[in-house]
Amino acid sequence: MRIGIRNKDLARQDGKRVRLDGMLTMLSFIILFIVVIIPLFMIIYNAFFYEGNLDVQLFINVIFSGDNLGAIKNTVIIALCVTVFGTIMGIFYAWLLGRSDIPLKGLMRGLFTIPYMFPPFFGAMAWDLLLSGRGGYLNNWLMQTFNLAEAPININSVWGIVFVEVSYYFPFVFMQVVSALERMDPTLEESARISGAKQGYVIRKITLPLVLPAISAGALLILISSLSHFGVPSILGFSQNIYTLPTKIYQLINRAAGDFQGVREGAALSVLLIFIVGTALILQRAVLRSGSYDIIRGKSMRPMLIKLRGAKQPLLIFAFLSLIVIVLVPLVMIFLVGLLKAYGLPLIPANFTLKNYTNILFNNKMVSDAIGNSLFLSVSAGIIAMFLGVMIAYVIIKIKPKGKEVLEVISILPYSIPGTVLAIGVILAWSGAIAKINLYNTIWIILIAYIARYLSFSMKSASASLQQVHYSLEDAARSCGASHMESLKDITLPLIRPAMVSGFFLIFLPAMRELTTSVLLYGPYTRTLGVAIYSLRSDGYITQASALASVAILLIIICNTIVTQITKDRKGV
Amino acid sequence: MASVKFENITFRYGSNTILKDYSLEIDESQIMGIVGPSGCGKTTLIRCLCGFIKPEKGNIYVGKTCVYSADKRINIAPEKRNIGVVFQDYAVWPHMTVYENIIYPMKKRKVPKQEITKRADYALSQVRMTEYKKHLPSQLSGGQQQRVAIARALVSSDQLIVLDEPITNLDLKLREEMLEEIRSIQRNTGTTFIYITHDQEAALKLCDKIAIMDVHGYICQTGTDEEIIYKPSNRFVFSFMGVSNFIPLLKKQDGLYIDVGEHMKVNHEVPAEIKDNVNYVMGIRPMDILFSENSAVKGIIKSATFLGSQYNYFIQLGNREIRVQRNTLDTLQSREYMEGEAVGLDFARVFYYEEPLEEVES
Repeated sequence: MRIGIRNKDLARQDGKRVRLDGMLTMLSFIILFIVVIIPLFMIIYNAFFYEGNLDVQLFINVIFSGDNLGAIKNTVIIALCVTVFGTIMGIFYAWLLGRSDIPLKGLMRGLFTIPYMFPPFFGAMAWDLLLSGRGGYLNNWLMQTFNLAEAPININSVWGIVFVEVSYYFPFVFMQVVSALERMDPTLEESARISGAKQGYVIRKITLPLVLPAISAGALLILISSLSHFGVPSILGFSQNIYTLPTKIYQLINRAAGDFQGVREGAALSVLLIFIVGTALILQRAVLRSGSYDIIRGKSMRPMLIKLRGAKQPLLIFAFLSLIVIVLVPLVMIFLVGLLKAYGLPLIPANFTLKNYTNILFNNKMVSDAIGNSLFLSVSAGIIAMFLGVMIAYVIIKIKPKGKEVLEVISILPYSIPGTVLAIGVILAWSGAIAKINLYNTIWIILIAYIARYLSFSMKSASASLQQVHYSLEDAARSCGASHMESLKDITLPLIRPAMVSGFFLIFLPAMRELTTSVLLYGPYTRTLGVAIYSLRSDGYITQASALASVAILLIIICNTIVTQITKDRKGV
Repeated sequence: MASVKFENITFRYGSNTILKDYSLEIDESQIMGIVGPSGCGKTTLIRCLCGFIKPEKGNIYVGKTCVYSADKRINIAPEKRNIGVVFQDYAVWPHMTVYENIIYPMKKRKVPKQEITKRADYALSQVRMTEYKKHLPSQLSGGQQQRVAIARALVSSDQLIVLDEPITNLDLKLREEMLEEIRSIQRNTGTTFIYITHDQEAALKLCDKIAIMDVHGYICQTGTDEEIIYKPSNRFVFSFMGVSNFIPLLKKQDGLYIDVGEHMKVNHEVPAEIKDNVNYVMGIRPMDILFSENSAVKGIIKSATFLGSQYNYFIQLGNREIRVQRNTLDTLQSREYMEGEAVGLDFARVFYYEEPLEEVES
């Protein structure tokens, strides 16, 4: 068993040995450079340079054009309103479910996860069907019943956009605050009560300050998401010429149809959008740093529940009604319209047919291509980004090279870059600008964008798991005679396998329903599921679009159930 | 069956020097204890030896093989150094059963199948874990996991095994059994063992030779247990090896006094080693302080506790409190001493140390 090592070989060993650590580190830097840095650089370069010369004029023109100023104004107004209303709503439900004795909590929680699963543009489609200024179902009914001359509610407005976004983004605050409330030490509140403080005083002076960090974290998440959101404003706003920055960028690129000037204008607006989102991000960092309390413990304890007494019934009814309106009505609407023989017919069983489903699933090449593309993209982006994420997490956590902070920042960066901006960067980088590689109109350009966009998901999940794997486990394998590669294969990877599986699904699920990035990158044969629904709808095939959206909803529900099942099993180990 | 030699090893974390010009030789087929307080660099030393970290300077030899040399740019990969290691946190792989854990090193070193089974079973019986063969580590207690780690180290090398605090998580009885077991395993195989611990008692029980390290990573003394107990090289070694009292001394014309707020004359001669104009302290173990009616050193018993085999006293001596232990047998033969009683004290086996400027005793 003793291994004879001849002394003359020794001198060579150090130099010749392949340094796995160094290789992984290099590879991580190179991949992140290609996937993240190049697109970002291309945006900034094209916004300010033209044919190698500095050209600020375009940037100034773009920013100060009346149209674009309007878009900036809308973006900011919508984002701020969504943040304020979404936060209030999130806190209200969090308090109701986390601290009061309201019944049916389990059911309500279940309903809250629904907005998490579906892309907001499905909601926008549904509300457009119901409350469109020109003949939405609900509007028509209201006009007939009350003999109104014109539609009482117009969802195709800034307020309509705010409403739909709020109903999809308030769970960010809700989730954060509920978990903070659950982890809070209940004795903190109890001791205030014992000292003679009234209920209302305890809420204001004890509970609220303690969950404030959670609230601000959730609120800023809403702000950033809304600033870069594309789907809802594009579906509700285009018909009324209401633009936000992301939809304006989309319009510029679309109208340009390959013209470079248009792409450059898009790049200039992207720089502006990055700037606005960046400001929000810096704000978020500052807030998160200032407020974290140790009194919020990891251990779950039974909190003191507030008795609602007489207010119980009205609050319950109100909570349920609002949840039904926000969550269930759009879903039902999509399913019903998907069954209609023709858009505009009354929603009665006599007008229902399954033809839309058979049409889109069996007779529509575009749709079946789209489903295939989305599956291919989600699975391959899931697998590739998962392995890259594990590798980068390994480099950051275990190898700890110089510059690991840089690596960390770069890998998380795309998460905060709006999908629209990322798409422009990818177009600018991979349409022949670099080494004559032209991927435009191919599926690979979407894949690259997806990898960049979702890399941080798997990286975060892998880092959390790698932190649990103590370095001595790998060392032990090394001293047992395993090479570095073997110790990775035999020890580290099997130990983080659960995190890899969940990392894959964390990417697979959002990629399946992705719209924002692919809507700018798709070519004639590379539509994704989201794009297919979007184009069916904008081409006027509203019933077919609804039918396809219903199929997507079913797909998402099935995948989600599988994931929950898998993650449940994991807890048992 | 390999000797180990560290030559002028220097290791730093950033600007924090852990080991400086560290040299130590370990004879083959011995159990060498490396003992020191936590944070003194013991684990760093072992990680250098195993090849997990690279020292800045120096050479390391295992047997005749140079496994690391900064000058000659030699750095053999950990897997080729052929050292069995028991890690402080066991490092038993949680996704493998006990048996899979133990056969892993032999699989990696391409031991024939039949021999693997034979040696794994033998190692399991050596650490008394045979019935847990098929268990996962999560089903085992800390002590059992530690024993799995020991078994794994035993099969992974027959020339050198390093144990880093290997038995801290066992209860007292099992700990003694494991020490016995490790000793007999070593005697049977002749493998060189390096035993890292902060527990000087375990080191004394187990090791052929002990190296004592201080907080700064320097070796204070290397020697057999007798040498270290009877001739501690400095005050640190003395205090580290057991409960100890330090009493300031004062040399006067007519003899030696202790200086505890008041001066009391000690009953023995001024030893030759005591120099003038230097402050000294007397280091003495609790067992070496004797009650004596006719001593000028008088103290008051503050508390007396019966511990079975011995009595433990805290005695107020001037402005100091010292600890005295007395064999139960002695007490039975003479008499019991009560709390509050004034007693005279004689000092039997005394070590003299030059007093550094005001320093807190360890």
